[in-house]
Amino acid sequence: MPVNKHRKLSPVLSLAVILLLLIFLIVLEQHQASNRMVVAVLQKGAILAVAAVAMNLPNGFTGIFSLGMAGFMSIGAYITAILTIPTDTIESVYYISGVAGWVMSIKRALDGLPQPLLVLVALLIGGLVASLFAFLIGIPVLRFKSDYLAIATLGFSEIIRALVASPQLDRVTNGSYGLKNIPGFATASGSGALLIPFAIAAVCIFIMVLVINSSYGRAFKAIREDDIAAEAMGINLLKHKELSFVISSFFTAISGGMLAMYMRSIDSKTFQVSLTYDILLIVVIGGMGSVTGSIISAFLITASKEWWLRFFDQTLYIGNWQVPLLRTGFRMVVFSVLLMVVVLFYRRGLMGDREFSWEDILGLPRRWRRRRAVTAAARADAAEAKDGGKHDA
Amino acid sequence: MSFSTFIQHCLTGISLGGAYALISIGYTLVYGILLLINFAHADIFMMAGYFMIFAMASFPWQVAIPIVILATVVLGVVIERVAYKPLRNAPRMSVMISAIGVSYLLQNLATYLFSALPQGYPTIPPLKKVIQLGSVTTSLVTLITPVLTILLVILLMLLVRHSKFGMAMRAVSKDFETSQLMGIKINRVVSYTFAIGSALAAIGSILYFTDRMSVTPFSGTMPGLKCFVAAVLGGIGSIPGAMIGGFIIGITETFLVAFGYSTYSDAVTFLFLIIILIVRPTGLLGEELTEKV
Repeated sequence: MPVNKHRKLSPVLSLAVILLLLIFLIVLEQHQASNRMVVAVLQKGAILAVAAVAMNLPNGFTGIFSLGMAGFMSIGAYITAILTIPTDTIESVYYISGVAGWVMSIKRALDGLPQPLLVLVALLIGGLVASLFAFLIGIPVLRFKSDYLAIATLGFSEIIRALVASPQLDRVTNGSYGLKNIPGFATASGSGALLIPFAIAAVCIFIMVLVINSSYGRAFKAIREDDIAAEAMGINLLKHKELSFVISSFFTAISGGMLAMYMRSIDSKTFQVSLTYDILLIVVIGGMGSVTGSIISAFLITASKEWWLRFFDQTLYIGNWQVPLLRTGFRMVVFSVLLMVVVLFYRRGLMGDREFSWEDILGLPRRWRRRRAVTAAARADAAEAKDGGKHDA
Repeated sequence: MSFSTFIQHCLTGISLGGAYALISIGYTLVYGILLLINFAHADIFMMAGYFMIFAMASFPWQVAIPIVILATVVLGVVIERVAYKPLRNAPRMSVMISAIGVSYLLQNLATYLFSALPQGYPTIPPLKKVIQLGSVTTSLVTLITPVLTILLVILLMLLVRHSKFGMAMRAVSKDFETSQLMGIKINRVVSYTFAIGSALAAIGSILYFTDRMSVTPFSGTMPGLKCFVAAVLGGIGSIPGAMIGGFIIGITETFLVAFGYSTYSDAVTFLFLIIILIVRPTGLLGEELTEKV
């Protein structure tokens, strides 16, 4: 049967696509000087894909409406940045008020590690600290109803931002001056610019998919569908919500750390509420409750935002005629209208809560044929019924 | 801290609290009826600030204020019609995302139209008049705000308690479907609610920005969050509760800033939220509600 054939075919196809992607990335990495835009879009897309899947885990799979993404991202970003800025240039970053002693001693202790390992350790520490924060605030906050939870997590992310910029933390986060000199993904020779972020993203997303497909993931979905019924079935609500929230913030922090490495310089303004809204836009357009939807939409949105629709922000002349409306800020207006249109008219987004599968794609022609046959049959039935009606009259 | 500085901070706090109170009534009314956090309310308040800048550019303040209130009401009602009404029967999360979408849209629209740079807020001459009370110097707006707030709240309470429309509002907030069956025009009630909330936000924005001097596309976010916390603190759905919550948040914030803890003033607001939700989820003046399956 064709369906079975497709099922056998799909791992082969997936493997082929992954191999092609790998070759594409390697080739692109060697020619990155002439393809700066594509490289940048792919890097940012991979980072936002992790963030979007991590946001989807509580929001789309567990049904808890958390808006604290920017806060967790800033925790991850700051920790990664502080730990990876080269020790010999750190004084020039903190030229205003100097570095706190304990930060320096942590950095000295980690100095022996080779660069890739240091990055990995920094990302992991960022993730762990963020999950600790998530665990602590989750204890009171996850008991609340969905809308209170949204406000409380949003407030938490604003508090983190205020703390990061506060003069009391000047010697740790460099206050409102922000951090710079953060090493990027690429090594000195320029290799790894794409492979490293894609590898980290793939591992993160793979782990989250494992969680979603485990018995915990099924419990999350049960809570999403009906929390009272789920509780009656013996699912410990608070424990599972806490688990989903902590895992999500761990990976959000890792994506934040990657964002710091991508941007090379960060300050507290990077992590405003609008960052959370940007990720929410990706999740909603991709479909709440679809990992593949989030990934596809992360790359689509990033590419159109940074590349294809960039011209929205520039005044454009066709001959002598100036295209109206195009000037700085128009791009974001278009994206917010897009979010509204999706929420109002296409609530399921690109994928709804389904996942991408080869069987669906390969089965499409057959299904179309069948649908055509069904509509034809229905039409014939209707015509017959009409005829029948005439005879009765 | 001398007595006169203490009085000074009290006055500032009460004045800030009054502006917060007016905004949080908008949250409380909408939440009471639709069970929706109107994330866009903060940005409606911000837009009212911009409306004032433009209205004052071509009109005297006596004309500008009604224009601003009218424009804000129109904005609020249009948002409800376009973004919330089509989602009446949609899952809760979709409505909330729609509200966030409107907030995101208004912020981006304001950035596009007026740039992200702070725009100077016009001075309304009578509000800025300096008055001397013993050893305390203050501007008139500081004294007008709490009086105006309390007057408006009393007026609103009279409307809700003793008018036919108020009865409809209370019925809708008790039970959406039953009141529809009883012949109440739900959509009209919701629209009027948004109109009242937006008008109060416009007045609140005039009082708030007169003290702050400038408006940016993001200057609504933080006051908006705080005012929602104020509404929860006072008991969501309760108008006097929102007022009391607004005053508490405003005074606490002013004193924290005065003692040099301005970094933590936002954090304390959310601490309030978490504590109140754990200790007394119905707020100070809220009614007890049981969760239905």
